[in-house]
Amino acid sequence: MSLLQVENTGISFGGLVAVDNVSFSVSPGEVFSIIGPNGAGKTTLFNIVTGVYRTDRGSVSLAGEKVAGLAPHLLVKRGMVRTFQNLQIFFRMTALENVMVGFHLAERSSLLSDLLGLPSVSRQNRATREAALALLERVGLAAYAAMPAGTLPYGALKRLEIARALASEPKVLLLDEPAAGCNAVESEAIDNLITGIASGGVAVVLIEHDMKLVMRISDRILVLAEGKRLAEGTPEVIRHDPVVVSAYLGEHGAREAARAQG
Amino acid sequence: MSEFLQLLLSGLTVGAVYALVALGFTLIYNASDVINFAQGDFVMIGGMATVFLMAAGLPLPLAALLAVLAAVVVGLLLHRLAIEPARGASPVTLIMITIGASIFIRGVAQIVFDKQFHTLPAFSGSDPINIGGAAILPQSLWVLAGAFLLFAGLYFFLSRTLTGKALVATAANRLAARLVGINVTVMLAMAFGLSAAMGALAGILVAPITLTRYDIGTLFALKGFAAAMVGGMGSPQGALVGGLLIGILESFGAGYISSAYKDAVAFLAILLVLFVMPRGLFGSRSVERV
Amino acid sequence: MIDRILNSRLAPLLVLAFLVAVIPLVAPSNFYLRVAALVWVFSIAAFGLTILMGYAGQVSLGHAGFLGIGAYSVALGPEYLGLDPLVSLCLGVFVSAAIAWVVGRPILKLRGYYLAIATLGFGMIVSLVLNGESAITGGPDGMQVPRATLFGLKLSGSATWYWVTAGVMLVGAALALNIGNSPTGRALRALHDSEVAAAGTGIDVAARKLNAFVLAAIYAAVAGGLLALMNGLITPDAAGFMNSIELVAMVIIGGLGSVVGAVVGAAFLVVLPQALTSLHDYEQAVLGLLIMVFMIFLPAGIVPTLRRKMTERAA
Repeated sequence: MSLLQVENTGISFGGLVAVDNVSFSVSPGEVFSIIGPNGAGKTTLFNIVTGVYRTDRGSVSLAGEKVAGLAPHLLVKRGMVRTFQNLQIFFRMTALENVMVGFHLAERSSLLSDLLGLPSVSRQNRATREAALALLERVGLAAYAAMPAGTLPYGALKRLEIARALASEPKVLLLDEPAAGCNAVESEAIDNLITGIASGGVAVVLIEHDMKLVMRISDRILVLAEGKRLAEGTPEVIRHDPVVVSAYLGEHGAREAARAQG
Repeated sequence: MSEFLQLLLSGLTVGAVYALVALGFTLIYNASDVINFAQGDFVMIGGMATVFLMAAGLPLPLAALLAVLAAVVVGLLLHRLAIEPARGASPVTLIMITIGASIFIRGVAQIVFDKQFHTLPAFSGSDPINIGGAAILPQSLWVLAGAFLLFAGLYFFLSRTLTGKALVATAANRLAARLVGINVTVMLAMAFGLSAAMGALAGILVAPITLTRYDIGTLFALKGFAAAMVGGMGSPQGALVGGLLIGILESFGAGYISSAYKDAVAFLAILLVLFVMPRGLFGSRSVERV
Repeated sequence: MIDRILNSRLAPLLVLAFLVAVIPLVAPSNFYLRVAALVWVFSIAAFGLTILMGYAGQVSLGHAGFLGIGAYSVALGPEYLGLDPLVSLCLGVFVSAAIAWVVGRPILKLRGYYLAIATLGFGMIVSLVLNGESAITGGPDGMQVPRATLFGLKLSGSATWYWVTAGVMLVGAALALNIGNSPTGRALRALHDSEVAAAGTGIDVAARKLNAFVLAAIYAAVAGGLLALMNGLITPDAAGFMNSIELVAMVIIGGLGSVVGAVVGAAFLVVLPQALTSLHDYEQAVLGLLIMVFMIFLPAGIVPTLRRKMTERAA
């Protein structure tokens, strides 16, 4: 059964068709990657799915319910969470606080109790802090907990975003280039992190340029070019699809893919 | 009908001044992304300095020229001493800097000049001219003609001269302008100087009609600002249309509703425009990228 | 060690309580108590902006409008409704919050300069109404405010007002600090840094901003009511543009987001004109110059800068 189902969606900006009639669906526990050259419309597709952009074309369903047009924060409530290509970090807050914010929906609090600083708020703060620390530990950032997020290295921020997203206990997690700018070691760590998340039953949708990573961990891949769907299938199929190879991967990419396979 | 025409004419007159202030805002905003709250104080400097220079015995044209120069110097100093050192600061910080500058200029003005209301003699007599049952002061024609000439001159400067084009390029993309060898700092200074000159000229033209005092800048700034925003921030046509619109609305508001709420018109207009079409009449839409 | 004390949650409150206790001991005359009471009153209004601007990052250049609503309520209530001044104050605070709730919805969709101008426009309209409805509000001359009594105790005299305002100020500070260290506070600081990411964690950005705006309006109205009761007179200037600017200057000069900073900023802007009374003509020039100098050279504000220096030294 598919958890996230996107049908015939699309959007235009001032006459330019950025995403055109794209459909896909993702099941729990699956890693579904979206690849394509720069400007293919991958992030735009994410923005449509997560409610950042509004469109009246096609539909987006979450667990069988139509969710198109819902505001981003309401989609989070329904279990769809994302990270961002150009980091969206709360850079004035500490790394720990960043993840604590991720627990926002799970926290029991009201404006009044927060104002009065009731004991329940302190208890809530402690519980959230512990849970956030555990998540930082999971992504390997516990050492940075007390540091202002703005001072963390780039690779760490990518993982911090993932930790924050996990705090919302997503059913569907959309990751926009989580390995961009990461070195080989960090990339490996993210690789393990993503497979771990998926094996927990989360449907993972991944945008990524690191082909080795994509080929290794994806169950299925959707290839976009100029906003249109070019191909879809398992890494094996995509790797050998002549249209994809010539249009996107090119010779260099094909060699990389072959090496990843071998 | 004649009352309507009368209100329309006086609205256009004061609207032309708002348009000039708005145009000054636009110039500086386009070039530097700064919203200059001291814009209205250039209007004050223009009027007040001319008054005091004439009182010292100078003829009007010379006094006006020196007053404009004084405003330009203040504008350049504002850029050099307050805006340039704070480059890269947040919008709120920049707003507070120019508000601080405005308070400072006002404070100095009440020492250098005084705290009284002043007026200038009308440039060419004060016998009203009758147009279709409405009376228009010759000075109003000066204001309208002056505003028109300033707009035309600025348009010519920006679209026909190399320096003007460099200024437009700087406004469009500062980095790219720097890469093609435009001295961006000079361009920003020029935007401040030009804005100051336009504000001062507006202040001189309108002083015979509206009186001037050390603290008139705030309202001119806010209304010029409303005009710029109604027209759409950053658009020179918007500044013109917005200015005239605010002036006319204000005049009709005062005439048909209540003169006590004349000043509220501009702010209601701002709120309405921001709620209904946040980019203004001529503003461009932007798509947020994440 | 210093770091620990500075980072403790009670520290700001202890600092403020210490100031409140010590000032009467060292104040040479009642005049100083009066100035201190004024500082406390403006601190209360500044706390609201600490929440709105410091935590949530939303600027308001019209906040004196809410202060004016609170101030006029204690004059209008007794005059036209026959209400007790303190009951009127509560009513004024409620009205202020309600107006903030209605106005805040559309206004807070705006950002940056647009938000600044919309709030400015709101403040100007309040001040124009207070000036214009002279049949009701007395116009530019303002209104007399009757003395308030609390539990049979007549609220008059500098010493009484010192303690009343100090008490309200301390409660206000405690609430602002509580909010800062709560899920709500984290949500506000999160949307300050990135609205997109905040929405991405399930935060209802619009609702949270509105919370902060209404809270700030409540703080301002309380401050306005106290100011009017203390002075026994209120004029539209309280709601004016300059007052709005001074409120913003207080929180920025003191240090955005810092509760102690708000008090330091308020002290700065309240004491300054008193210190310059002999140089009255220069007051505006000095004020403008100070605002500029602080914004250019100390944009983080006094308290955060001092704190950084101290922790650096301790480390």
